[in-house]
Amino acid sequence: MKIVVAVKQVPARDSQLRLAADGRWIDDSELSFEINEPDAYALEEALQLKEKKGGEVIVLCAGPARAATSIREALAKGADRAIHIEEDKLESVDTLGVARLLAKAIEAEKPDLVLTGLQSDDLGYGQTGVVLGELLGLPHATIVMQVELDEAEVRVKRELEGGWFQYVTMPLPAVLTIQSGINKLRYATLMGIKKAKSKPVQNLSIAQLGGLPVPVAERTRVYLPERSKQTELIPGEPREAAAKLVEKLRFEARVI
Amino acid sequence: MVSIAPALPKTRGGAFLLEDRRPDEIFTPEDFTEEHHAVAKATDEFWTEEIAPNLDAIQHQEPGVAARILRKSAELGLTAVVVPERYGGMEMDLVSAMIVAEGVARDGSYAAWHGAHSGIGTLPLLLFGTEEQKQKYLTKLCSGEMIGAYCLTEAHAGSDALAARCRADLSEDGASYVLNGQKMWITNAGAADLFTVFAKIGGEQFSAFLVERSWPGVTIGAEEKKMGIKGSSTCAVYFDNVRVPAENLLGEIGRGHIIAFNILNYGRLKLGPFAAGGAKQVLAESLKYARERVAFGHPIADFGLIRHKLAEMAIRLFAAESMIYRVAGLIEAHLGGAGWNQPDAAQRELKAVEEFAAECSYVKIFASEMLDYVADEGVQIHGGYGYHQDYLVERAYRDSRINRIFEGTNEINRMLATGLLLKRAQRGQLPLVEAVKRLQSEILSGSSINGSADDAALVSNAKKAALLVLGAAYQRFLTDLAEQQEILAGITDISMNAFAAESVLLRARKANSELALKMASVFVREVMELIETTARTLLAACSEGDNLRLNLAVLRRFTRFEPVNAIELRRQIAIRLLATGRYAVA
Ligand SMILES: Cc1cc2nc3c(=O)[nH]c(=O)nc-3n(C[C@H](O)[C@H](O)[C@H](O)COP(=O)(O)OP(=O)(O)OC[C@H]3O[C@@H](n4cnc5c(N)ncnc54)[C@H](O)[C@@H]3O)c2cc1C
Repeated sequence: MKIVVAVKQVPARDSQLRLAADGRWIDDSELSFEINEPDAYALEEALQLKEKKGGEVIVLCAGPARAATSIREALAKGADRAIHIEEDKLESVDTLGVARLLAKAIEAEKPDLVLTGLQSDDLGYGQTGVVLGELLGLPHATIVMQVELDEAEVRVKRELEGGWFQYVTMPLPAVLTIQSGINKLRYATLMGIKKAKSKPVQNLSIAQLGGLPVPVAERTRVYLPERSKQTELIPGEPREAAAKLVEKLRFEARVI
Repeated sequence: MVSIAPALPKTRGGAFLLEDRRPDEIFTPEDFTEEHHAVAKATDEFWTEEIAPNLDAIQHQEPGVAARILRKSAELGLTAVVVPERYGGMEMDLVSAMIVAEGVARDGSYAAWHGAHSGIGTLPLLLFGTEEQKQKYLTKLCSGEMIGAYCLTEAHAGSDALAARCRADLSEDGASYVLNGQKMWITNAGAADLFTVFAKIGGEQFSAFLVERSWPGVTIGAEEKKMGIKGSSTCAVYFDNVRVPAENLLGEIGRGHIIAFNILNYGRLKLGPFAAGGAKQVLAESLKYARERVAFGHPIADFGLIRHKLAEMAIRLFAAESMIYRVAGLIEAHLGGAGWNQPDAAQRELKAVEEFAAECSYVKIFASEMLDYVADEGVQIHGGYGYHQDYLVERAYRDSRINRIFEGTNEINRMLATGLLLKRAQRGQLPLVEAVKRLQSEILSGSSINGSADDAALVSNAKKAALLVLGAAYQRFLTDLAEQQEILAGITDISMNAFAAESVLLRARKANSELALKMASVFVREVMELIETTARTLLAACSEGDNLRLNLAVLRRFTRFEPVNAIELRRQIAIRLLATGRYAVA
């Protein structure tokens, strides 16, 4: 069983965020970074599948040079080797572009299974895994809560809304996007950290993958939630005013 | 492990007083390798997931909680960082061990569990054990199967540990020792499986033994009711005709003091990261509280006096941290990257640490007093809430106090540090006398007397002030100086602060961050003022008449400096800390 886990490095959860000067993204100059949380669960799932079935876990990460620390962390936790698509300008690439780069790297590996988190904690699009499945021409499932592997197929439990679940069986290879909390994350051991140093990391440049993809979607503005307050006085007799208020609450504010 | 040693010059203990260093010649946190950062992250995760959620349970000594966490941390390798792999250790460097210590020390009680097990509980065996002893016990300490403790202190023998009354007598068949006596204040005693016990063979020869808890005659006293670190286990341990197999003698007969003193050197250095970890926690809480608490319509973080406290807490923490990692680097450089494969590896380790025993004492004194300051101001920033048990700072304040007492009281360390430098000088291992003479002739020719506004010149003058006082003290008291406690301690204060100032300045220059340079500017001048006051008192005790007047005139030139606007700098430092919400120097 050969499993590729796509992980992204994102700002640490307790970061105090400031907007970048151009207003299109956050200023990441003073942040600390970590593995995107759902990706950490995807990695853990891969490691547990490997423990049951044998095989190899390959970490795949597209990101700037600093992402190397997250890659080493994944190796310290037990991944066998890694592929780093090293690029500083990924901020300008859209989901489709990133998925294209990842897909290129994955195609060369011919894995049995591709895992990734269901979304990234920074952008939160929840698209990369799905687009990846499409580009690779593989079946995929999102928001996966449980993974059971057989020889040629995989059965997954998906989280739907309102406490409902869906069970899907599909042939391998497949792409799964993993929900946070589906397993218990392991710690990196100091011995793991030591061993990680000698595990192979393949560096791929954008040029090797066909150049920086031209974005089809563009992020034009990022802003902090704007607080607004409007006060409206409803005149008239109490009875009429109350009726008017109910109407507004129901159809304008849509809170009742 | 990539050794940090090759990048650093190999120097002698105490040499910092005589030689100037460049930023790249000392090790600082800015030099952490990728692996060091990974170790920090792993420790941080363990803290967040395993220790932090259990702090109340640890604090109230809920049965088994702390020991369970300690065993779990052993599984991750956090308790056997420097131990060779063949005994189940991680075989990483001293810096990694410091990083782990800092990471788990955010709670004083847990720090005691970790420290007593992985430090004083494990190191005697690692450094003095036979191969059989290590195979039998060290492997189990590393895996967490056994928890370790260290029994040196007795009711009547604390600082004066060699006055111990515990005794061991060889049985008639020579197969075992019979151990009798009582030890006091033993950390981890409540859960420990293996005790390193010091006792006098035949009532005379001070020696160490490995004693298992389960052996008949070993009893553990009730938990002591302490002021702080209430979640640590501290009990008396009693030995009543305990049969200790002869092969459990640790080290050589009559050489127990060598073990005790060497382990203390390690313990003193290790206390540094414990204090730094605690201080970081208090500072983070205080920054948060200061931003949230509103008085007179403003967050109290807006007030100058609160900013002063926050900045000063960070500056002293920065200083302690700079000293800690510098000393770890000094030791690593002395080891020169030698690993555990050489047959004399343990000897080398001991020598390297012993070489810097004075610097280890500086770390112990400075860091413990830094934490007291930080915890105290942390309480003050919290106002009435700082006096309530619901707030972390209340606990930190009580927990901090022990650090000035154990691992050798700060008084004992103050006397030791300078005493050691003097001894080295007498033995010709440290050219102190020559340096003092050179300084004196420079003074007479008038060439070296330059007060200056430059930070580096100040550091250099701080060291000259130390030499000036050393020279005067030696001339006045000669060999009797070793008995002049106040003077020894005063000289330690001057040398320690000179060492701190240099460590801070070199690190700030290396980090080259605005924040660090500002901290250095303030700190170096604070140190100069402290040195001037201390030196004046000492000089007045060492010289009189014209001599005293000459000495004071020279001192004034050394300690003269143009002040910076420290009030404004501290404000800026605080604003910066408040903006990021945590202690970060970059
Ligand atoms: C919570 C806790 C945990 C501990 N854990 C351990 C442990 O795990 N193992 C262990 O072996 N010990 C342990 N200790 C003991 C600790 O190391 C001693 O308490 C310490 O060394 C001081 O000894 P003492 O209490 O006998 O004080 P004393 O030695 O009686 O000192 C009293 C005062 O006199 C001063 N003094 C002593 N001698 C001199 C001198 N020559 N000149 C000037 N001043 C002097 C001291 O500085 C101090 O201020 C622990 C203590 C505590 C409180």
